Amino acid sequence: MIKEKSLLEIKNLHVSVDDDIKILNGINLTIKLGEIHVIMGPNGSGKSTLANVLSGRPGYNIDKGEIIFKGEDITSQDPEIRARNGMFLAFQYPMELPGVRTWQFLKSSVDAIRLHNELPELKIKEFDKLLEEKKEIVEMNSELLKRSVNEGFSGGEKKRNEILQLSLLNPTFAMLDETDSGLDIDALQIVAKGVKNYHNNNNSVMLVTHYQRILNHLSPDYIHVLMDGKIVKSGDKSLSLELESKGYEWIRESILKQS
Amino acid sequence: MTTSVPEQYIKDYKNLNSQINQSEPNWLNDLRKKAFQNLSKNGFPTKRKGNEKWKYTNISKLAKTSFSFEKENILQKSNYKNLIISDDSWINLTFINGALQTDISKIKNFEKGITVTKFSDAFGNPKINQLIKDNLSKFSQIDEDGFTSLNTAFINDGILINVDENAKILNPINLSFISHSTVTPNVSYPRILIIANKNSSLNIIENYIGDSSIQSFTNSVSEIMLEDSSKISHYRLLNEGQNTFHIESSRVNLKSNSTFESTSFSKSSKISRYDLKVNIEGENSYCNLNGLYLTSGTQHIDNYINIDHIKPKGTSRLNYKGILTEKSRAVFGGTVWVREGAMKTDSIQSDKNLLLSDEAEVDSKPALFIYADDVQCAHGATAGNIDAETIFYMRSRGIDLETASKLLINGFANEIIDCVNIPGLKKELEKLFLESLPKYKLEF
Ligand SMILES: Nc1ncnc2c1ncn2[C@@H]1O[C@H](COP(=O)(O)OP(=O)(O)O)[C@@H](O)[C@H]1O
Ligand SMILES: [Mg+2]
Repeated sequence: MIKEKSLLEIKNLHVSVDDDIKILNGINLTIKLGEIHVIMGPNGSGKSTLANVLSGRPGYNIDKGEIIFKGEDITSQDPEIRARNGMFLAFQYPMELPGVRTWQFLKSSVDAIRLHNELPELKIKEFDKLLEEKKEIVEMNSELLKRSVNEGFSGGEKKRNEILQLSLLNPTFAMLDETDSGLDIDALQIVAKGVKNYHNNNNSVMLVTHYQRILNHLSPDYIHVLMDGKIVKSGDKSLSLELESKGYEWIRESILKQS
Repeated sequence: MTTSVPEQYIKDYKNLNSQINQSEPNWLNDLRKKAFQNLSKNGFPTKRKGNEKWKYTNISKLAKTSFSFEKENILQKSNYKNLIISDDSWINLTFINGALQTDISKIKNFEKGITVTKFSDAFGNPKINQLIKDNLSKFSQIDEDGFTSLNTAFINDGILINVDENAKILNPINLSFISHSTVTPNVSYPRILIIANKNSSLNIIENYIGDSSIQSFTNSVSEIMLEDSSKISHYRLLNEGQNTFHIESSRVNLKSNSTFESTSFSKSSKISRYDLKVNIEGENSYCNLNGLYLTSGTQHIDNYINIDHIKPKGTSRLNYKGILTEKSRAVFGGTVWVREGAMKTDSIQSDKNLLLSDEAEVDSKPALFIYADDVQCAHGATAGNIDAETIFYMRSRGIDLETASKLLINGFANEIIDCVNIPGLKKELEKLFLESLPKYKLEF
């Protein structure tokens, strides 16, 4: 189905906001099925913007370039269509949905994706069974499912809720935007377990992080460094260790030297 | 300013007098007379400039219209069966044009500890006569505004609901007020007096129903008194026709350690106003006032909700929410007063509005006046559209715009519907409010 198993291709992507504030300045990236790509880089370098634009978030101007997902140009596709086609973003700051019960929200999204795939909506019992199984993975308290989505959830609970959605929707391509930030060791392990449980040869992950610690649980294929809206360096997992000890400035300096 | 009121009221008032002068006690005759004089003198509150209470609600059309009052009528009562929300376990009392219909109501043999008495039946009983005399118009003062004067001038068909000391009435009392008569446009004057004696509890539903084709005016007044350690859960549903005027005033007085919970739902009338005032007159009392209003067309709805903390350690919660569509307009007004001496008051007041159309409008002006120390108070109002960020979050999970909007609008309304602890009522409210919500799509 997917040519040469290349799941996502980002070609020369330029993104701005409010007409002239440029945030992404020519991103090129190819992600194949089964791979884990890690995006690192200083705050404000455009990591979240990249993930948001890929997921179809309104409010960004795509000035140049294209996004090919499963062989199809999705550059101007609606976010819900991308999601139904297997794209997922675990938000850096998950939104609160006042009054919308978590259970209802989860079921609505599972059903929306099933309908798109010409599967019938799940019966309540079937969904509950699926949910029961998935919520064990992230050790989610059942009480939270009765509450409004993310309302009054702790930071860790919000992140676990994102991973619960990942497990339930089982997308082909998962972007995780700093899901590991602000977690204690136990919560981090739960999140890592959730991602590990999800990942296999038939899906791919793009992980935005600042920390080595989550990478110890996973085995990333590539590390990319994003600076000023550009991928300035790519390498294997040893690069993340180097970044952890040396920071980002040496990369900037070495780029300056080259030019 | 003196505003003349339509002749019809004078005619009906005289007519009523000739019918009931013989049977009613002098004190009531005097009260009605005084009220009518007040109305004649002050008219209706049509003047809005400098009149904070009525600043945003224009009632000039209502004030000018000649509504007639029909004391007795010969309507097919069965026609209204399907309009009434009821449940076999409830104590259902049905009123047509403000008058309790004993033939289609359950008025005797219900739970021990509660009595429901028509004023007109009560005057022969000295004890009940005295009770009504002592309490009627105590908190709803006849000179408060023209509408309260008008209602009081026509008191005849009111009822007293009295809950005995220590009585816990579990099954809800369901009052259905049907506005209809053989003459149009017509007016009705529902009047209720509720007394919850010490350590008693009561669940009560006030339901205003009307015919959509008919132009009518409901002018309702209720007084609710909670003695020490009593509790009332009050539900109100305004679901009259779209062609109606509804002006309602409710006065609630709380003695020590008492609890008043009120949940108000409104979705009808051309112009409606709910003027609720809660006095916290005893220490350590609690009131929780919730409201949901859904407006459409060119409807105008005004909630004027006041809470007066007079004694210490009172807690009040006020949470009103509006969903406005088309060219409708909502007003939220009212003040939380924390009087000198009402130390350790804890109060939160909030009005939130969801504007689903560019042409809908809201004036939300909650106010707070604090004259005591050591209090905790917060108030706020919001008006806005559905948040684009939250919509995006849902879309990123495969949910389309329309479904996402619906989940959010339902969620907004559900917070108030969830306050209803009577399952049968809750189900009806879900039907009335959630199922009738407009299909809505946020535009980017
Ligand atoms: N919608 C927006 N409007 C204006 N500026 C934005 C917007 N989104 C992001 N930015 C700016 O773009 C830059 C990159 O932001 P972001 O992608 O969040 O970085 P990162 O995730 O790498 O910390 C920042 O300077 C940020 O302030
Ligand atoms: Mg970010």
